[in-house]
Amino acid sequence: MSNLIQLNAANGVAEIVQDAWTRVIPPAAGEESVRKQAGKVVLFKLTGEQTYTPEQVANTTIPASGKILVPLTVWQARKAELQTRMQAGEVGIVLATHETAEALKAEFNDLNSLPIIAIYVERFADGRIFTLGNWLRTRYGYTNELRAIGDVLRDQLFFHKRAGFNSFLIRADRSAQDAIASLNDFSQPYQGAVNDVPVWRRMNRA
Amino acid sequence: MYKYDKIDQQIVNERVAQYRDQTRRYLGGELTDEEFRPLRLQNGLYIQRHAPMLRIAVPYGLMSSTQLRKLGEIAKRYDRGYGHFSTRQNLQLNWPKLEDVPEILAALATVEMHAIQTSGNCIRNITTDQFAGIAPDEIIDPRAIAEIMRQWSTFHPEFALLPRKFKIAVSGTTQDRAIVQAHDIGLEFYKDAQNQMAIKVWVGGGLGRTPILGTVIREHLEWQHALSYCEAVIRVYNIHGRRDNAYKARIKILVKALGIEEFRRQVDEEWTHLKEGALTITQAELDRVAQYFEPMPYETLPAHDASFDTAVASNPAFAAWAKRCVHGHRVPGYRAVTISLKPHGKAPGDITSEQMQVVADLADAYSFGELRSSHEQNLILADVKLSDLFAVWEKARAADLATPNIGLLTDIICCPGGDFCSLANAKSIPIAEAIQMQFDNLDYLYEIGDIELNISGCMNACGHHHVGHIGILGVDKDGSEWYQVTVGGKQGNDASIGSAIGPSFSAEEMPGVVQRLIEVYLQQRSDEERFIDTVRRIGVAPFKAHVYAEQKEGASAS
Repeated sequence: MSNLIQLNAANGVAEIVQDAWTRVIPPAAGEESVRKQAGKVVLFKLTGEQTYTPEQVANTTIPASGKILVPLTVWQARKAELQTRMQAGEVGIVLATHETAEALKAEFNDLNSLPIIAIYVERFADGRIFTLGNWLRTRYGYTNELRAIGDVLRDQLFFHKRAGFNSFLIRADRSAQDAIASLNDFSQPYQGAVNDVPVWRRMNRA
Repeated sequence: MYKYDKIDQQIVNERVAQYRDQTRRYLGGELTDEEFRPLRLQNGLYIQRHAPMLRIAVPYGLMSSTQLRKLGEIAKRYDRGYGHFSTRQNLQLNWPKLEDVPEILAALATVEMHAIQTSGNCIRNITTDQFAGIAPDEIIDPRAIAEIMRQWSTFHPEFALLPRKFKIAVSGTTQDRAIVQAHDIGLEFYKDAQNQMAIKVWVGGGLGRTPILGTVIREHLEWQHALSYCEAVIRVYNIHGRRDNAYKARIKILVKALGIEEFRRQVDEEWTHLKEGALTITQAELDRVAQYFEPMPYETLPAHDASFDTAVASNPAFAAWAKRCVHGHRVPGYRAVTISLKPHGKAPGDITSEQMQVVADLADAYSFGELRSSHEQNLILADVKLSDLFAVWEKARAADLATPNIGLLTDIICCPGGDFCSLANAKSIPIAEAIQMQFDNLDYLYEIGDIELNISGCMNACGHHHVGHIGILGVDKDGSEWYQVTVGGKQGNDASIGSAIGPSFSAEEMPGVVQRLIEVYLQQRSDEERFIDTVRRIGVAPFKAHVYAEQKEGASAS
């Protein structure tokens, strides 16, 4: 059973669909030390921090065929070997929440040449995913599929949707079927969002 | 005050349903503790020492009598018959059951209230001056913009999970009473050279572990851009604020790290994309909201009232109350009244269900059915006729709500501390009570005069100890509770952060330490000089010398 929720492009209705994309995941770093600060384990990477070491990128196995979602770092280092598949529309890019929209933009003059951008959120409490979604839609004019992946849970879905995401890969141990309901938690939100204006511009409240 | 329309009501109703389902899933094991945590926090629910604590939002401190009555009922039915007003003008219940919270929210929704974003890493309740709309020194009533901002920030999709909590204060007076400089964003409203409403924007202030007063990021912001500008600020913060260390995650750390110039540059860059967009507040929307904050239907009254003058002249107890608990009003013949929630020997800010009913009745009878909470943890009846003050006093006094100590040493700001809060390093309420009992002599309190004493049970500084003229901070040393003392902090336009006087004290020593500080002041002050002025004139050293000298001699406090 697929755990991918997609908003139907025509009518906006959420449906569970098969996932056509395979995620390319670099191997774990050799000796990953647990970073601590003030006695606590560091859970979040700082914006701009390195995602994968050159060694990890070099050792990443890329499937020989099919549609693949490639981390930005892997794309940056190995785009030569992916060029034809990119032109065939078989490559999408994964941006992690600590990576920047500018770095993505630097790689692709026209973001709409990408069939899909996925933003990977390692921990659901990392709200950078919302600003990144917003930027891609409003600042960079990206119109194709924008997918939330990683620690994606139903209680954030309403915010993901309003931040411009139109597909959501629910964490594997949770039910996408249950999660769908949360896309409609609120019928008339107060503020504007991607593709929406504040309620006082949406309707007459007088 | 603001009244919900169908949209507002639908949002709180849908919120109740959403939270009810989240609670159900948590209790059913479908949500882990870690997953439920931000959900319950964004609904004001903490897991505390003895029980959960629920923080109910009182937007910018404004309430109707109907709402206060409902709070009283809820406290009686779901808690132990009392509540606690916090330094963010909200009401906290200390003993609700986690499984009852959905019912409590449903009850709140019937009176246009909620607990949305009273905690968690999101935009919190927007606070303001408790005398907004009636203060003689007010230039602009900031409540309409505060309400517009409340709506904008409620379930904001982009700012639902910020690096850390985010607090906004608004103020429109010449004398700041909202501590705008101690907030993540402080909006100071004024009239510009064209006589238009404009905003001076402060950013990066905050107390907590690293107390920093805010910096002006923009001297002049047209009110139409209040939302777009705040959105630009918070967007820069959301991306670049530190998430790797909770102690360095507030916006103040980012502003300090980048420097205000660079931070401003990034905000302005962001703002150019937002400035003339859908976030621009229209005159129509401002007018729609502002109509709820129109002046009350005041009577035309003389500036003086003979019965009030007579009562003051003939009744010293009433005169004392009138001096401390009655405040100026912009309309002749009216006054604002502070209902003291600081009776000596009780937890500051606490109020019983019965007292809530009394205050609600007073609001109905004498103050157009409305009241406010203050960040000093008292309640305010904002529109009382001079001729009614005596009746208000008698009824308030009968309910132990008329301690004439507002602005005095025993009007202590105090967090719930180690008695309730699981974050606390030390108890704070017993310290407040002990100090109140040490100074349980009104004549002596009047002799000491205006002074602010603030107590926090840990460095999170909910009790605003950094800006107390005397600040007390609970610290943990090897598992026992100690108290660090600062002097010279101040809120207001000339805000300052207090300086520590030296090694910390045990709980038993604290009333004596405060006594020593007061002795230095009484010896050193010149005519009419307030405690804070003396500290600023002579510095911390004489206070330190006297307090620690006494300790060395081993003599007991007098």
